[in-house]
Amino acid sequence: MSEDVSAAMSPARGVAFRGGGFLPAPRPLYSWLAFPVLLTLWQAALSFGWVSPVFLPAPTDIAVALWRLTVSGALWQNLSVSLLRIGFGWIIGSALGFVAGLAMGLSSRGRAVGMPLVSALYPIPKIALLPLLILWLGIGEAPKIATIAAGVFFPTAIAAFSGVDAVPRSLIRMAQSFDLPMAAILRKVVLPAALPSILAGCRISVSTALLLVVSAEMIGAEFGLGAFLLAEGNLSRPDELMAGVVVVSLLGLGFGALIGLAEKALLTWR
Amino acid sequence: MDLIVEVKRHAYDRLTVLEDVSLTVRGGEIVAVIGPSGCGKSTLLGIAGGILAPSAGSVRIEGAPPADCLNPLTYVFQDFALLPWRSVADNVAFPLEHHRLPRGERERRVMDALRRTGLADVAGVLPKQLSGGMRQRVGIARALVVRPAVLLMDEPLSALDAQTRELLIEDFLDLLLREQVAAIYVTHNFAEALRLADRIVVLSRRPGRIKDVVAIPLPQRERGAASAQAELAELGARLWSLIRDDASIAEREVADV
Repeated sequence: MSEDVSAAMSPARGVAFRGGGFLPAPRPLYSWLAFPVLLTLWQAALSFGWVSPVFLPAPTDIAVALWRLTVSGALWQNLSVSLLRIGFGWIIGSALGFVAGLAMGLSSRGRAVGMPLVSALYPIPKIALLPLLILWLGIGEAPKIATIAAGVFFPTAIAAFSGVDAVPRSLIRMAQSFDLPMAAILRKVVLPAALPSILAGCRISVSTALLLVVSAEMIGAEFGLGAFLLAEGNLSRPDELMAGVVVVSLLGLGFGALIGLAEKALLTWR
Repeated sequence: MDLIVEVKRHAYDRLTVLEDVSLTVRGGEIVAVIGPSGCGKSTLLGIAGGILAPSAGSVRIEGAPPADCLNPLTYVFQDFALLPWRSVADNVAFPLEHHRLPRGERERRVMDALRRTGLADVAGVLPKQLSGGMRQRVGIARALVVRPAVLLMDEPLSALDAQTRELLIEDFLDLLLREQVAAIYVTHNFAEALRLADRIVVLSRRPGRIKDVVAIPLPQRERGAASAQAELAELGARLWSLIRDDASIAEREVADV
């Protein structure tokens, strides 16, 4: 009775909605606008004299420099060398990392040996090894490729290990219950299940390869994007230097897009 | 074909989970195993199918499996254990791929298993496109495709909602009786055990020992009838009285961990 009375005395109130936010929604227009807005602001800063072109060239100047470098062949000369180094380094590092990750994921002994080593060696900046690698392998392509391979090895190994380790045990038990041989379980169950993690590792490792090739070429190379950037900086040509930076950025985007395509093609089941 | 499981002891490190458990499953017989949490039901099933090696004990098969049987002891998993990158038909074909069967025979077996489980219309779709109940049907079809002698079912309905469970249990029963496949059916659910089993093995709390074996005299086909409900309820009460104290202690043990 008393509840009825108090309910009758209190005015009715709406329940305020409080469940908004924290839900990411696609905003493609914002993505498309971000770059043009940034470039426009950048160009305006140069055109209105807010920033000196000695310190930051205008986007139009960078575009002109990029065109000049493309036409002269200088861009391709340096880009092709960097791509070769990245290619060799990434393939070698990925292959070794994949095998190591698989060994750690599949074998208790491999895990016992590999995990402490990976944990100890992964944080070392791989570029710091370049002088040592030059000492071991001589001056030439080998130490640069080895530096990239070393950088690619760890994220690949960790991704492959994590992927294999995360394969649901019930899938493996299921395959074992049908008497599938070990190799078939690996090929038909473990590797496909670990593929998302392995591809995520590839995404990290290609970026690492790009960072390392530029760094290694800055330390000791005649050609390559890193050598080009260093030379343009020394010659105080900020427009060409920034053109080189744009190429590195585009390369990163391109690699990311390639991995994205691979994910789209191979992981349709997710 | 009879399956004879004799576990003298099974332990994980120092924790003994099963002790002196002997279980014989005869051809075509459905045996449910119930018991409190952690009593070793799933471990017993793992040992029965050769997925786990008992610390002491043995598992034997007596008699020949059916002529076209490719995998006498075949599991049906609680979480379905489907390969998410394979279509329904490819999941069902999975256990056949390492057998040297002619292509036509393989396709015939797969289509037959899909048809018997009502999956023929979804053969090409991925597991993620199916409901839980349909996914478990795929698990059953994959088990049937090898023409097993004994199905080892580890709480196959526990991941499903109550309505789907009701629907699927009738299908299970039809399949098991029609195919004359024996089964060990591990469950927490008395109603499932009472609906399906010829015998219910009641395990004690850890270390699991056989506390009692309850035979259900009613034929499975008659258990849905109203006239059978009183007897089934009585059996259910008996099962609960067998398990209640152990379940209570086991629940507290789990909470203490």
